Amino acid sequence: MSFCFNDANVAKIEALKKRYPSAQALSLPCLWMVQYQEGYISLDAIDVIAEVTDTPAMEIYRVATFYTMFHLEPTTQKRVLVCKTLSCKLCGSDAVLEQLKKHDVLVEHVECLGSCGTAPVMQIDDVNYENLTPTKVDAIVEGLR
Amino acid sequence: MREVAIVSRKFAVENSHTLSVAQAHGAYKTLEKLHTLAPLEIIEIIKESGLRGKGGGGAPAGAKWALMPQESERPSFVVINCDESEPGTFKDRQIITKDPHLLIEGILITCYAVKAKHAYVYIRGEYAQYQDVLQGAVDEAYVAGILGEVDVTLHRGAGAYICGEKSALLESLEGKRGHPRLKPKQPEPEWYFGNPTLVNNVETIASVPFIMEHGAAAYRAYGTEKSPGTLLFAMSGHVEKPGVYEAEFGVSMMDYINHYGGGMKNGKKLKAVIPGGASTGVMTAAEADNVQLDYESLRSMGLSLGTGGMIVMDEDTCMVSVLKNLLEFYHEESCGQCTPCREGTGWVDKLVGKILDKRGSSEDIDKLLEVAETMNGKTICVFAPAVSAVIVSFLSRFRDEFEAAL
Ligand SMILES: Cc1cc2nc3c(=O)[nH]c(=O)nc-3n(C[C@H](O)[C@H](O)[C@H](O)COP(=O)(O)O)c2cc1C
Ligand code: FES
Repeated sequence: MSFCFNDANVAKIEALKKRYPSAQALSLPCLWMVQYQEGYISLDAIDVIAEVTDTPAMEIYRVATFYTMFHLEPTTQKRVLVCKTLSCKLCGSDAVLEQLKKHDVLVEHVECLGSCGTAPVMQIDDVNYENLTPTKVDAIVEGLR
Repeated sequence: MREVAIVSRKFAVENSHTLSVAQAHGAYKTLEKLHTLAPLEIIEIIKESGLRGKGGGGAPAGAKWALMPQESERPSFVVINCDESEPGTFKDRQIITKDPHLLIEGILITCYAVKAKHAYVYIRGEYAQYQDVLQGAVDEAYVAGILGEVDVTLHRGAGAYICGEKSALLESLEGKRGHPRLKPKQPEPEWYFGNPTLVNNVETIASVPFIMEHGAAAYRAYGTEKSPGTLLFAMSGHVEKPGVYEAEFGVSMMDYINHYGGGMKNGKKLKAVIPGGASTGVMTAAEADNVQLDYESLRSMGLSLGTGGMIVMDEDTCMVSVLKNLLEFYHEESCGQCTPCREGTGWVDKLVGKILDKRGSSEDIDKLLEVAETMNGKTICVFAPAVSAVIVSFLSRFRDEFEAAL
């Protein structure tokens, strides 16, 4: 299975190249584009990014595996990121995690999401859901379908 | 307590993220004045104002700007640090969503002063929804011709706490792993692909328009002699009204918590406060009663002011499990470059886990302090020394709780 950037992303890449002193700077932007386009980052896509950024594929792989938000495996389940850091923990993140066990979602325990003042929090598709209670968790997750 | 709104002035204004509303409330007014001053005069004003970096370190901003070359064959860059990943910190997101044009105005002044034509804003990957608001403001500023001569590019991170450290951030912005760089021996700018670069926190740069408009003395009218001005202090944890509230440096911590935070949640008693983000250590309630919120006061207690994001804990909190929670964070987020940090964070996490599970012995407490000692001062960046200081702060204040758990 080979990988190709779609037209919109090809145009984006051309525009971005003008905004950085070196093409290597495009590795994170390209990894994001791949992930939104395909849902995950395949080894084929890494080869394509290596060409775009004029960087060895191994280096792109090193980068892709360093950052926790990049996924190298596909999944059919919805990813739910739950903050388990201190302020959320003090304000009830354990109850959120417990409640999520009742749902068919892929729960990832993550570190502080910058919503400590509105804890506990979870993030789904880049959106933060704050001041959670078990009832709210049910409503939000059921609303995803 | 004296109310003050330098950075948060437009936060309560509806739709203040849009250009028209922001301009109706005075945005970009300082740009007219800007070109009547020479770049070095602006750096002088920033120096006089005493503005200190608000990303955690509190380094004087003016001195840092002065390190940038005024004559250079290579292009200069400005990089805005919006990685905001220090647990307990959620202030920069208020700026980029509630007053993004204030940041853009600050960027334009900064670029003029250090002769940069391009600024990058590095935003943590988890802030995509807030990045969209800032991108909207940048787009509007381009259409209005406010941007163009100077470019602003938003760059999204992808989940790595260490990318908030400025040299790791620049590595990441170059498309690499976020590994901190060795520090130079002499003061010099940062380098982006070998080009001179200034890195400042979002709030630092958002404070610049006020200083330009009202002058250095007006900024110094707030705060203390050594910590002038204001900070978007914040509270989370066991308080009635957690949130971000701007205040001047030097106010009493308890006044702040009671005045803005509405006191302790459910009328419980205070037990401990982490003063300014996870890496700043912990203090007891008695200490919190007597401390002022400025860099020097915290420093004199062996703690730091950090980002000003206080984590407040009530009498029912188990301090062993709090330390365990923080060490899990550090273990997860160590970039892995230096052995004392990579191995040390895992080791201390395990030791405290053992104590928490009531499987510990007094040797484990000694071992914990010994490993903490080994992690201090032997690594490329200050991540490991901060972890070490956190452990020491917990054990020097709450050792009895650790011993009771053995
Ligand atoms: C481990 C670590 C994490 C950091 N995270 C951040 C951060 O998220 N945001 C930030 O502005 N500064 C952070 N800093 C501080 C930066 O290295 C740098 O000092 C700061 O961005 C400079 O800007 P300022 O002087 O305006 O504060 C961090 C430092 C360390 C050692
Ligand atoms: S601790 Fe959960 S968002 Fe900060």
